[in-house]
Amino acid sequence: MAPGKIIRRLTMVVCLAATIISPVILSGCTRGSASVIIAGSTSVQPFAEVLAEQYMILNPGITIDVQGGGSAAGIMAAQSGTADIGMSSRALNADEAKLWYVEIAKDGLAVIIHPDNPITNLTLEQVRDIYSGQTTNWESVGGKKAGIHVFTREDGSGTRAAFESLVMAKTEIMARAMVQDSNGAVRQLVADDSNAIGFISLGLVDKTVKAVELNGVIASREHVLDGSYKLTRPFLFLAAKEPTGLVKEFIDFTLSAAGKKILDTEGLVTTGITP
Amino acid sequence: MKISHYITDRAAKTTVLICAASSILILVAIIIFIVLQGLPTFQKVSVFNFIFGMEWRPTNGQFGILPMIVGSIAVTFGALLLAIPLGIACAILLADVAPHRVRQILRPAVELLVGIPSVVYGLVGLVLLVPAVRQLGGNGFSILTASLVLMAMVLPTIISISDDALRAVPRAYKEGALALGATRWQTISRVLLPSARSGIVASIVLGMGRAVGETMAMIMVIGNSIAFPKSPLDPARTLTGNIAVEINYASGTHENALFATGIILLLFIIILNSITITVLKKGIHKYAEHLS
Repeated sequence: MAPGKIIRRLTMVVCLAATIISPVILSGCTRGSASVIIAGSTSVQPFAEVLAEQYMILNPGITIDVQGGGSAAGIMAAQSGTADIGMSSRALNADEAKLWYVEIAKDGLAVIIHPDNPITNLTLEQVRDIYSGQTTNWESVGGKKAGIHVFTREDGSGTRAAFESLVMAKTEIMARAMVQDSNGAVRQLVADDSNAIGFISLGLVDKTVKAVELNGVIASREHVLDGSYKLTRPFLFLAAKEPTGLVKEFIDFTLSAAGKKILDTEGLVTTGITP
Repeated sequence: MKISHYITDRAAKTTVLICAASSILILVAIIIFIVLQGLPTFQKVSVFNFIFGMEWRPTNGQFGILPMIVGSIAVTFGALLLAIPLGIACAILLADVAPHRVRQILRPAVELLVGIPSVVYGLVGLVLLVPAVRQLGGNGFSILTASLVLMAMVLPTIISISDDALRAVPRAYKEGALALGATRWQTISRVLLPSARSGIVASIVLGMGRAVGETMAMIMVIGNSIAFPKSPLDPARTLTGNIAVEINYASGTHENALFATGIILLLFIIILNSITITVLKKGIHKYAEHLS
């Protein structure tokens, strides 16, 4: 190899390495002294981040640090006190219910299909059979004769975990299902394919896709609130003991009309004023 | 030699040495980081079961990446199968057949293709190719679609390096062949191509390197399913795609397993690079033979 070539190649490696390493170093620097640490469910995380952002604008000088880790880690962090507030996107079991907790909102999951698909209603069992690979043709659930193109979220996603526990029961989502790594991508691909089916957060359903009725119940905010729509999960904030001071102020902000409005606009369902 | 020359000489030498040393350090640091992050995986699953396991359900404790290894190999070879004949034909056109003026337009155009970001290739694939492949059966997200997109991405590499190799063949070879009464095609196929062989092989191996590492465009068109692909129309997942799709929310062993996927990918690329170096060395030897 010519020396010029070696130098060129080395420079390239340096540049590449610099691009890879610099964000790591920079993100390390921004972690200053945090006043409130929130950790847990990755489903709740984006909403908590928006709340924290707004809260920090209203209260300059206060830092709220939101981290992921999953519901289990959130519950554990609240128990041990490593985080001031834990986030969970599932109901607590009897053991965990000893913790102090509050439901900040409900999240609905919508099963979506292409608007041109004649199907309007599916039962929970039908959805489960489609995702487990038992049902592979729309004809078997009352639609046209065409193969079903199944889209799911990646392993580790909170939305997928919720779908698995609410719909799949003990069966697994089939390996052949196509995987996308965001609600938006699933919605886009279902909107592009008349034989597709997917699931996304209820708040993100728009005109490009059709949310199916589940066991005859329309997927709507009202039905999530009154409990008749089954694909819902609670979003919880929890703490080791009744919060005080800054932590309490932030939770109060979350539960205030302003906080609920933020959560509603972001697509969650709260008992607040409907947007 | 003037003293100032001596100083600049030494300064240049030191600078180059520092640059070289730091870049190697960074490379070593990256490898150590990936390996340290990935190793804990193998407390939960053996190396053999990781590489040859068929089931990837990380939140369920199953870590088999064979379907992704096969997916990566399938799209890479699919892309090369399509790109090699096209690329070499295009290189021959550029190097020998096309008039000077056509070459002046074509060559920069080919080089421009290298600069297009991969997400744009992915987007075009998603909008144009996925619905087209859907007509053939399946749902459009498939190894075939991914291979087609990847073909477009590796073509410029193959074309430009093969073109260089063909043009580096001494003019006397071509003139000699033609003077002996060989037709133009005979000259190309029996003189130009064999003489430029090592350069062409290098272009293919470099293209392969790009294909294995491609991530964004692949995620967009391959479907990312974890099933073992059985036909070119089946969706699949690549090793790079596995990391990119799941790293968002992965934690614990799941996260380690994604880094372990990175180790496998690293090994893949080390093997490919050693092939490149061997091929290039061979090329140099061959050139030396020609001279003697």
